[in-house]
Amino acid sequence: MVTANPFLVNMGPQHPSTHGVLRLRLVLDGEKVLNVEPVLGYLHSSKEKLQEEHTYLQTVPITDRMDYLAAMSNNLGVALAIEKLAGIEAPERAQYLRVIMAELQRVASHCFAQAVFLQDLGAWGGPLMYFLREREQVLDIFEMVCGARLTYNYIRPGGVSQDVPPEFLPAVHGFLATFPKKLDEYEGLLTKNEILRARTVGVGVISRELALSAGFSGPMLRGSGVDWDLRKQDPYCVYDRFAFDVPLGHVGDCYDRFMVRFYEIRESLRILHQALEQLPPGEWKTPVPIVIRPPAGEAFQLIESPRGMLGYYLVSDGGAAPWRFHVRAPSFLNLGALNEMLVGSTVADVVAIVGSIDIVMGEVDR
Amino acid sequence: MVGSGILGGLITVLRHVLQKPYTRQYPEEAVPLKGRFRGYDFAWSEERCTGCATCAKACPHGCIDIVTDPLPNGRYNIDVFDIDIGKCMVCGLCVEVCPYDALFMGADFALASERRWDMVQHKQDIGSRERLSAYFRPAFGNEIAVRNELRGDYTTSKGVAKPAAEEKKA
Repeated sequence: MVTANPFLVNMGPQHPSTHGVLRLRLVLDGEKVLNVEPVLGYLHSSKEKLQEEHTYLQTVPITDRMDYLAAMSNNLGVALAIEKLAGIEAPERAQYLRVIMAELQRVASHCFAQAVFLQDLGAWGGPLMYFLREREQVLDIFEMVCGARLTYNYIRPGGVSQDVPPEFLPAVHGFLATFPKKLDEYEGLLTKNEILRARTVGVGVISRELALSAGFSGPMLRGSGVDWDLRKQDPYCVYDRFAFDVPLGHVGDCYDRFMVRFYEIRESLRILHQALEQLPPGEWKTPVPIVIRPPAGEAFQLIESPRGMLGYYLVSDGGAAPWRFHVRAPSFLNLGALNEMLVGSTVADVVAIVGSIDIVMGEVDR
Repeated sequence: MVGSGILGGLITVLRHVLQKPYTRQYPEEAVPLKGRFRGYDFAWSEERCTGCATCAKACPHGCIDIVTDPLPNGRYNIDVFDIDIGKCMVCGLCVEVCPYDALFMGADFALASERRWDMVQHKQDIGSRERLSAYFRPAFGNEIAVRNELRGDYTTSKGVAKPAAEEKKA
């Protein structure tokens, strides 16, 4: 019988399936994982400290660079936190535009998450390209609204930077008319696929208790069956005016997380339909000075970003720049139970499990 | 039945194979940019600019360098107006805060260069750009504008504005 000593493998930071620069030090016995230690910090760019050197308006474009796949959500979080700190109220149209942008961003982000997850499982080509094609339509809409495809700098303290152009509403309606059919098609293509099920069902199971104690949020938590969505539990903007459901998983495996993201795309489309219908006319921004000087104090704002609970904690000393700027990054906390998820699985499953977490290293390292 | 999922998937893929390609052959066929596109090649109007440096103060990274010199008529001569696009992250805050609508985002993005100092755009470069983005310039609608449209009156965010040169004549 052949025996081998446990050996150490560095997976990443250049490994294509680690979504950026996540490095996993895996101790392997053959193909079985005995221990795993994540090494973070390869993308650390000191963004939190950098924010303390900037005025409140200037912090917004830098938050774009944290979770670069969901920059609108980051803009929304920091804008709400600054508004709470400075006592600014955004007009109603701005609130609706924020919801529309955040939900479009969720669709785009989940499309990308599904695409790269399937690519990690080996489905290169078809599904990857299909999902990226649909995401491209959302990026076109964002480019029309704010001139950028990835780093938007659109949602601001006091509202949104500009009103939407006249061609915006037809573009979103066109997207909403064609996208659900394609989503049905992809769901038929993927969810019944035997290879996908063999790779994901029962892989990387997170129990409800572990998900709660590890501080998971977003699809990671809901995949384990915990009904926790801040849009329902603690509504911000105007989320309390929309009817939508929170999809939940049962087992907490990779397949459940994959399906939760699928159904969240559909729920986002439901919210978009209602928000476009109710979108009121009027002002899109409260006049706010270029240099905001909030009174001394602190504010914490949590929002539901595509990856989970994204929090901004600001401390002001009455000056033009935040005294402390802290981000509760969902991607970072979703990596917390890596050991429990990975130990005992095979190397091929490591790729599937890390892919199902949907991490963005820009947010993990900040 | 085992394999029915894969078979159904293959039929979907075959249906997609028969569709027209969605992608474009980029360098040969450019993608049309949206009117509000925020590009690196800033455009600037010397007639409108008063040298107040609000843009330089709003820039998060300090890309804009302005040196002014007082003139006898109370205005300022702008000696230097440099934008270092090597530092720029195209957030558009400079264009947004300009009170005189003198600075415009660009409508192109391919500005790679071999040397760091080539990334600094000087007064004469940004003053002669022909294509201007409509980002925060509602007068252009949502079209990428050509500089000729700037001659004469046009509605700005502050109402109808005339180039400063004409104001002086009047």
